[in-house]
Amino acid sequence: MDDKKLSGIFKSEYSNLIAVLCNYYGLTDLQLAEDIVSDTFLKAMKAWSHKGIPEFPKAWLRKVAQNLLNEHYRRKKIYEQKITPELDVRNQHVNFVEITDKIIEDSQLQMIFVLCDPKLNRESQLCIALRILCGFSIEEIARALLSNKETINKKLYRAKKAIKERNRVETNLTSSQYVSRLDNVLRVIYLLFNEGYYSSVNEENIRYEICWEAMRLSLFLSEQKIFPKQKIYALIALMCFHASRLDARKSGENVDLLYHEQDKRKWNKDLIQKGRKYLNLSAAGNVISKYHLEAAIAYWHTEETTGKWNNILQLYNKLLTIEYSPIIAMNRTYALAQANSVDEAIQEAHKLELKDNHHYFCLLAELYRMNNNIDKEVEYLNKAIEFANKENEKELINNKLKKVNR
Amino acid sequence: MKDFMMLFHSEPDPNFNPTPEQIQEEVKAWQDWIGGIAAQGKLKNEGEALGFEGKTMHADGTVTDGPYAEVKEIVGGFIIVSADSVEEAAQLAKGCPGLTNGGKVEIRDIMVFDGM
Repeated sequence: MDDKKLSGIFKSEYSNLIAVLCNYYGLTDLQLAEDIVSDTFLKAMKAWSHKGIPEFPKAWLRKVAQNLLNEHYRRKKIYEQKITPELDVRNQHVNFVEITDKIIEDSQLQMIFVLCDPKLNRESQLCIALRILCGFSIEEIARALLSNKETINKKLYRAKKAIKERNRVETNLTSSQYVSRLDNVLRVIYLLFNEGYYSSVNEENIRYEICWEAMRLSLFLSEQKIFPKQKIYALIALMCFHASRLDARKSGENVDLLYHEQDKRKWNKDLIQKGRKYLNLSAAGNVISKYHLEAAIAYWHTEETTGKWNNILQLYNKLLTIEYSPIIAMNRTYALAQANSVDEAIQEAHKLELKDNHHYFCLLAELYRMNNNIDKEVEYLNKAIEFANKENEKELINNKLKKVNR
Repeated sequence: MKDFMMLFHSEPDPNFNPTPEQIQEEVKAWQDWIGGIAAQGKLKNEGEALGFEGKTMHADGTVTDGPYAEVKEIVGGFIIVSADSVEEAAQLAKGCPGLTNGGKVEIRDIMVFDGM
């Protein structure tokens, strides 16, 4: 049996099946849905190991999951008095419903909106999104988030509990509820993407897969009629531009390269083209979100024209008025050095006072390097090492120090 | 942290007709300066720039043209910043492009009414 094909099918169908079980059949218990899907996969493994993968494996899986659910309800009927009253009327008709692509799509959409919960903390949100929306195994999530299986299981358990407590009233979202929650869903998708993009995990395939999943989810959202599209398009554009540099960012030494250190020939032209297309689409109307600004910045980085850095600087200025973050503040200061002058940037950099951030000291070192002030450069690189937590970050700074001393 | 409003005062010069390039430069100088405050995480509200069209309503019901009938100086715009003290807020005003053209920056604390 083709193991790779098999795990591919399981991965893509995992979220589909859970979404349908929960949303279409009104199952409020995520854990039960997961158990049924696991049983379904187990049955598939047994059956397919003899006969091979069937011609329509997805249909096969859906049918089995449906049967398992029905079986579950039959068993439950014995305890009729214990069946919770909120079980939907719909459930009584489940036996006659065929799981179609349309149902899957509706359910997926609903699942995304139920699982992206502003009240969950970042880690729990990432875990639950990777598990249920992207179909990652617990082990893969643990590797992606540099954690272990037990911790991930605990986080998932807590996230599911929180969602379940809130979930009862939410199996039918109105279209205005969908629209009002879109921002949070986009936030989670971007969180996912960044986790893949900036992750310090060595295994490329996991990083890439997380990025593609985030892009898949946002493309899926962009195809839904109920939403205003501009922000979704802007986010897609942003992810396309970033993803176009996934290959170029790797130096092959476990260290990520910055823009100006990258080999531009390695940038993926198709993705840049797609990014431009979606950036254009996002400009319809007068919505300007932080995704628009970030996408525009990423766009300018693909250009080599005069005025490029001033455009980038102005976009960072605007971005900072929408949302402050130390990273944006530092990137803005670098753009200031390129657009105006290094002296001005150094002056502004000292005002930032991000005293325990190694990136901050790296920035100061870089600015002094641009000014040929080697003493200051070395001073700040040494300070950066003091505050760097990860080994590969220390290595990157050490390499810079070696270059100076050469 | 407290909030402070910066009010930008200037004396309009009726004989000054800036070229598009000069206007662009002026806009950039303001954006860079405000961006610098935002980069320190101290911009509370990016405020507004005010134009030159205006009227003043008086207590007796008469309306006069512009804000500059009696005063030479006008308020050209405002932003709101966050700072630990009014002294710190005043330091943030350093480098304000309005200061280079003979203008002034007025820094005022924003009152907070409890229980409202």
